[in-house]
Amino acid sequence: MELVYALAIGILSGSGTWLLLRPRTFQVIMGFCLLSYAVNLFIFGMGRLVLDRPPIINAAGETNPSLYADPVPQALVLTAIVIGFATTALFLVVLLASRGLTGTDHVDGQEHDA
Amino acid sequence: MSPWVQHIAVLPVVIPLLTGVLLLFPAESRRKLRITLALAGSLVQLAAACTLLYMTTDAAPGIWPAGIGVYAIGSWPAPHGIVLVVDRLSALMITLTSILALPALVYSLARWDRVGVYFHPLLQFLLMGLNGAFLTGDLFNLFVFFEVLLASSYGLLLHSGGAVRVKAGLHYIAVNLVASLVFLIGVAVIYGIAGTLNMAELGVRWAGLPVGDRILFEGGAAVLGIAFLVKAGAWPLNFWLPATYWVAGAPVAAAFSIMTKVGVYAILRMGSLLQDPAAPAPFGGPWLYGFAIATILFGTAGMLASRHLTRLVTFTVIVSSGTLLAAIGLGTAAMTGPAIFYLLGSALATATFFLLTGMTERIRTGRPETATAEDQPPVTYTAFSVGEPPDPYSEEDEVGIAIPAAMVFLGLMFVLCVLMVTGLPPLAGFLAKLGLLAAAVQVAAIDDMAPNAWLLVGAILASGLGGLIALSRMGIQLFWTVSQRTTPRLRLIEAGPAALLMLLSIGLTIWAQPMMTLVNSAASSLHSPQTYIGAVLYGEGDPAP
Repeated sequence: MELVYALAIGILSGSGTWLLLRPRTFQVIMGFCLLSYAVNLFIFGMGRLVLDRPPIINAAGETNPSLYADPVPQALVLTAIVIGFATTALFLVVLLASRGLTGTDHVDGQEHDA
Repeated sequence: MSPWVQHIAVLPVVIPLLTGVLLLFPAESRRKLRITLALAGSLVQLAAACTLLYMTTDAAPGIWPAGIGVYAIGSWPAPHGIVLVVDRLSALMITLTSILALPALVYSLARWDRVGVYFHPLLQFLLMGLNGAFLTGDLFNLFVFFEVLLASSYGLLLHSGGAVRVKAGLHYIAVNLVASLVFLIGVAVIYGIAGTLNMAELGVRWAGLPVGDRILFEGGAAVLGIAFLVKAGAWPLNFWLPATYWVAGAPVAAAFSIMTKVGVYAILRMGSLLQDPAAPAPFGGPWLYGFAIATILFGTAGMLASRHLTRLVTFTVIVSSGTLLAAIGLGTAAMTGPAIFYLLGSALATATFFLLTGMTERIRTGRPETATAEDQPPVTYTAFSVGEPPDPYSEEDEVGIAIPAAMVFLGLMFVLCVLMVTGLPPLAGFLAKLGLLAAAVQVAAIDDMAPNAWLLVGAILASGLGGLIALSRMGIQLFWTVSQRTTPRLRLIEAGPAALLMLLSIGLTIWAQPMMTLVNSAASSLHSPQTYIGAVLYGEGDPAP
């Protein structure tokens, strides 16, 4: 599981970085989305990958903490997803404004002719 | 201690939040109500910040032992709950923020707040993010407050729109989104290794990590430090900065002049808690020092190459960031006090300068600087039910008291700003640089530190000289050799805030001795992290076991 997980993060961040460096605004925003997926998975993975362990302690049952998953990274990742979603939406608006004002989808607002 | 007194610690976050939310309700047309709300909110913030500063000093030792106040949000104690920590440095920083916000707000009332929508709420949310970032004692909470201040800064930067702003805004947002991701990676690694995000708890745990984990932790800290350096505008991560501050409106740029200081503050704070001869690279040592010197040189070259006053001022922001980072990177406690004093002086000076550039721009063009703002797409105004787009040059704008002798005022302010920025006597900029140089010369007496210390002395002097040359040339172009000069109309609410900021700089000069005592006590409390850790983790006054 760790290998698949690590590969997924690697592929997402690799593709994301490549797209981020492209000259079209849409590619940049897609790259940013992929990168934020990779980072979110990474935060989640930092709580250690475990199976069949709930993050919420059942007060009536077992209270041994080693039988539970760490809830903090899950809370962190939720916050990161919400903030990432909001800032991506904001970036999308600016992207559309740039397209409308400059008439091109180049990140510099003008085409660089080769 | 009255149980209510400790709640003042949360006010710098709550007041701008409430003010910002309240400002969303009145329609854009109810201008008087909105202005009253915004001004009242900012004044109360300033009062709260000053109270906190007073409570952390030695003048009021009975309130918080060792001058460190800990506010546990929801009464959950650290390290499990999130805490706000007020110490001398953070209290100084939030006071500086409130002091800069007020003139920016008043200046914006002249024109800027009417050329777009939601200026006032965005400014309040920016203040909330800044104050929160200075006060928080938790790394993830720091990330959240960074996002709050960045999200508002995106809005403020794009305020009044136009293709130039949107283009610069696109780059600025892209850079900061990536920096935020880098921040998250650093935070995740640190949590994965140390198992906590509370800064004080990190300061305890990191030294006890096994060797293998320690390398990973330092890697995480290095990644985190890169995110801070992007905010601080360190070379080579600062190419976004001149373009961004250049296109921002004058009051917005003045408010932004504290934003690079947030990155510097974060580096100073984390660096003090991870204090160790083997501290992770971005928080001290040769790496930070080398990049800081490069930042100073880049900023100086940028100043000399600038052909436009506002652009020149953006490079002075970079130079001051570089100077601060170099002073931190030299890695001696003696530099911290003068560095904080320099931080206060340079933030005041650049904010004044940005306000001034808004006015000097009219000498060349003869039109208000909002003339560069292009017309908004009509949809903005229908969507926000503003009605007709406001005309930035309407007769109504000229209502208000115009100040006489505008050119004399501008020239005098320009000279004073130049003195502050380049560090020439007699103003506070000189005292700050003198303090830094004196500390550096002392450090140079230590054998293995000598080359670095002399390099810092050289870089500071060179940046001052370069700045003086560039600014003198700019002043000549601006005031002496303009072929078609139009004497600009200045209104009191534009000239007043700039003059007030300059008076504060002069005040900083006159009362330099008590201010130096204050910043030195802030520095010494920063350099005894055990006090901070003890106050946060083990309750009031109890020494760390």
